[in-house]
Amino acid sequence: MTTVIDHTKSNATPPSLYEGRKQIYPKLAHGKFRMIKWVVMAVTLGIYYALPWIRWNRGEGIPDQAVLADFEGEKFYFFWFEIWPQELYYLAGLLIIGALGLFLVTSLFGRAWCGYTCPQTVWTDLYIWVERAFEGDRAARMRLDAQPWSFNKAWRKLGKHLIWLVIAFWTGGAFVLYWHDAPTVAKGWFTGEAPLTAYFFAGILTFTTYFLAGWMREQVCTYMCPWPRIQGALTDENALNVTYRFDRGEPRGPHRKNESWEGRGDCIDCKQCVQVCPMGIDIRDGAQLECIHCALCIDACDDIMKKIGRPTGLIAYDTDIAVAERAAGRKPTYKIFRVRTMLYATLMLIIAAMVGFGYFNKSTFEVNVLKDRSPPFVRLSSGDIRNGYTLKLVNKASGRRHVAVEIDGLDGASLQMVGLETEENGTVELDLGAHRVERFRMLVTRTPEGTAPRVNYTVIVRDTETGEAEDAAAVFVQGEN
Amino acid sequence: MKGNLEMSETDKEVDALSGVETTGHSWDGIKELNNPLPRWWLYIWYGTIFWAILYMIAMPALPSLPGMGSRNTPGVLGMSDRDAVAESVASLHAERSAASAQLLDASLQDIQNNLDLQQFAMAMGESAFGDNCATCHGSGGRGAKGYPMLADDVWLWDGTLDGIEQTIRHGIRHEEDPDTRFSAMPAFGRDGLLTSAQIDDLVQYVLSVSGHEANAAAVARGDELFLTNCASCHGMDAEGSRDVGAPNLTDADWLYGSNPEDIRATITNARNSHMPAWQGRLDDATIKALAVYVHSLGGGE
Repeated sequence: MTTVIDHTKSNATPPSLYEGRKQIYPKLAHGKFRMIKWVVMAVTLGIYYALPWIRWNRGEGIPDQAVLADFEGEKFYFFWFEIWPQELYYLAGLLIIGALGLFLVTSLFGRAWCGYTCPQTVWTDLYIWVERAFEGDRAARMRLDAQPWSFNKAWRKLGKHLIWLVIAFWTGGAFVLYWHDAPTVAKGWFTGEAPLTAYFFAGILTFTTYFLAGWMREQVCTYMCPWPRIQGALTDENALNVTYRFDRGEPRGPHRKNESWEGRGDCIDCKQCVQVCPMGIDIRDGAQLECIHCALCIDACDDIMKKIGRPTGLIAYDTDIAVAERAAGRKPTYKIFRVRTMLYATLMLIIAAMVGFGYFNKSTFEVNVLKDRSPPFVRLSSGDIRNGYTLKLVNKASGRRHVAVEIDGLDGASLQMVGLETEENGTVELDLGAHRVERFRMLVTRTPEGTAPRVNYTVIVRDTETGEAEDAAAVFVQGEN
Repeated sequence: MKGNLEMSETDKEVDALSGVETTGHSWDGIKELNNPLPRWWLYIWYGTIFWAILYMIAMPALPSLPGMGSRNTPGVLGMSDRDAVAESVASLHAERSAASAQLLDASLQDIQNNLDLQQFAMAMGESAFGDNCATCHGSGGRGAKGYPMLADDVWLWDGTLDGIEQTIRHGIRHEEDPDTRFSAMPAFGRDGLLTSAQIDDLVQYVLSVSGHEANAAAVARGDELFLTNCASCHGMDAEGSRDVGAPNLTDADWLYGSNPEDIRATITNARNSHMPAWQGRLDDATIKALAVYVHSLGGGE
């Protein structure tokens, strides 16, 4: 990671304990990566703003919003998928896949997440676009800020902040739509009928969007975000990072037309890479904490290289190993298939398979048997032993069910449920509401048999119409351990 | 990144590579750069100090100021945790009132047979039981020595829904309540009604009726004593009587223990335990929910 650039500076004045932010005026870049970033911005923002408006018919009485975190109904909906609170492990699985995905991308392409898709990057980019529309590009903006206040400066600044606030409000408002029925809360918003939490969170997100994307910008990445530190540990010498190829660029210096390129590097020290940088750094200093790998310096440098007739790619996605190999006069090698990348990919596949298998094999019907902890068992005056349970039945289907509860594997036991009749064949039949979780008090009694203090058995709940059956393991305690 | 450290003129260590002063502290050979903090960070710190002052003015804060005794400054917003709790409890009652009203209107049997009402009553009863009853009767009504197990099928007084409600409402030997369940076993030994030898014979007799090993001669003597002293409440066959809360002495269930010492202590001093009346302490809906809950523990008749 060490570079050959000498940075020793004299440090005569005592350093200040605190440092004001230096305003950065990123210049507009043109090129391949700028285009990719525009497209990513349009797609991610489009998804974010539009997603809660998509309707998705699920049947009577169930929300028809494609993506909805329904806290009141305790469900999470995503198009075809529906997750109940007790199934949150699917989300945990998705989060693990997401984390591994970030690890994989980082070990392949460095901080691609930071550079292209991080909300901080996307909204900052959008805000700079607005800023540019009102105040012009880098040079014009610097001039404007240096000017004394005038009508021209005032309306440009005012317009910029107004549009920023509109975007911020739209962002905060869109966030709220994911937690409520979008049309209802949007309509209720202006008549004062939306829930208090909706106003609260929309307010918070309006503030953070405006403040973080408008005012804080690169300070968020440098000082607040833990991710650069984590990514610093995840990247390695084989990862493709935005890299200044010092082997080709040095020694740098101004170059006049028709002068020979012999004995010097391709870098003409035009500082275009610094001017387009939204983080205000010099990529030629090597890998740095501040660099978000947005690749805009690649576009800026390639432009210049084309103009001066040198090959592009003086700044490019490259690996530390390749740079070192080229510097040593060898052919650079690239390794995409490495132990860690294969490991990340394999783990992702395994977990995705597990989540997928679990999800597509899950039943719309669930049985849980919760044994009383206290008392563990009850001896009746007849000498029989009785155990008490809570039987929790979850009906995820959109219709009612009629089910029969029976016990299996416990000889001579009788089943009794509070408030319900036991049939002659020893089962108990009951009705379950649609989309409901219901609890029943279940008592199992039998004459103790054998010497084992605990006997395992099964509670079977069968849908009397469809024949669909679910079971749950249960334990019958008949003596002290 | 390894930096070479050198001493500058001001006697400060400066990292050669970055030109930044270090803190001088070394951790495993790594020294931290003493970069300046961002200024906004400082402003946020000032902001928190300002906030703390506002907070002290607005909210209850300073304790035990002179002239205030043990109280604290109330704060200009008049915020009080006690009021907030009272408000939450009131709003909880309001939220429950519809279902509570249903509990009040329905008979205990109807509550048990209507699954929606049953689930509501069970949830309400379980929490009320944990708060008020479990101290003596144990969680899940498991009981303890002197405190009856509520989950089995043995009842001193009455195990029906209405009987359980009656017990909860008026208590046992709770003399302030005229409707309380009442009976009194004499302290045969302490009050000199029986001699020590007679009590020994009775202990053997009680052991024998519940199927324990006992001295046959003592049992024979005890039979006569039992008939004259005990049978009026516990019955000729020693199976007890629910009218007076006299326990069945022939079963395997012993509230105060089944060994000879325990039985002797019971006959000598009597037990006559108490349960407070809950009417007036708990509202009617809660008492009904408790009756349904206790009944469902397993012993309900």
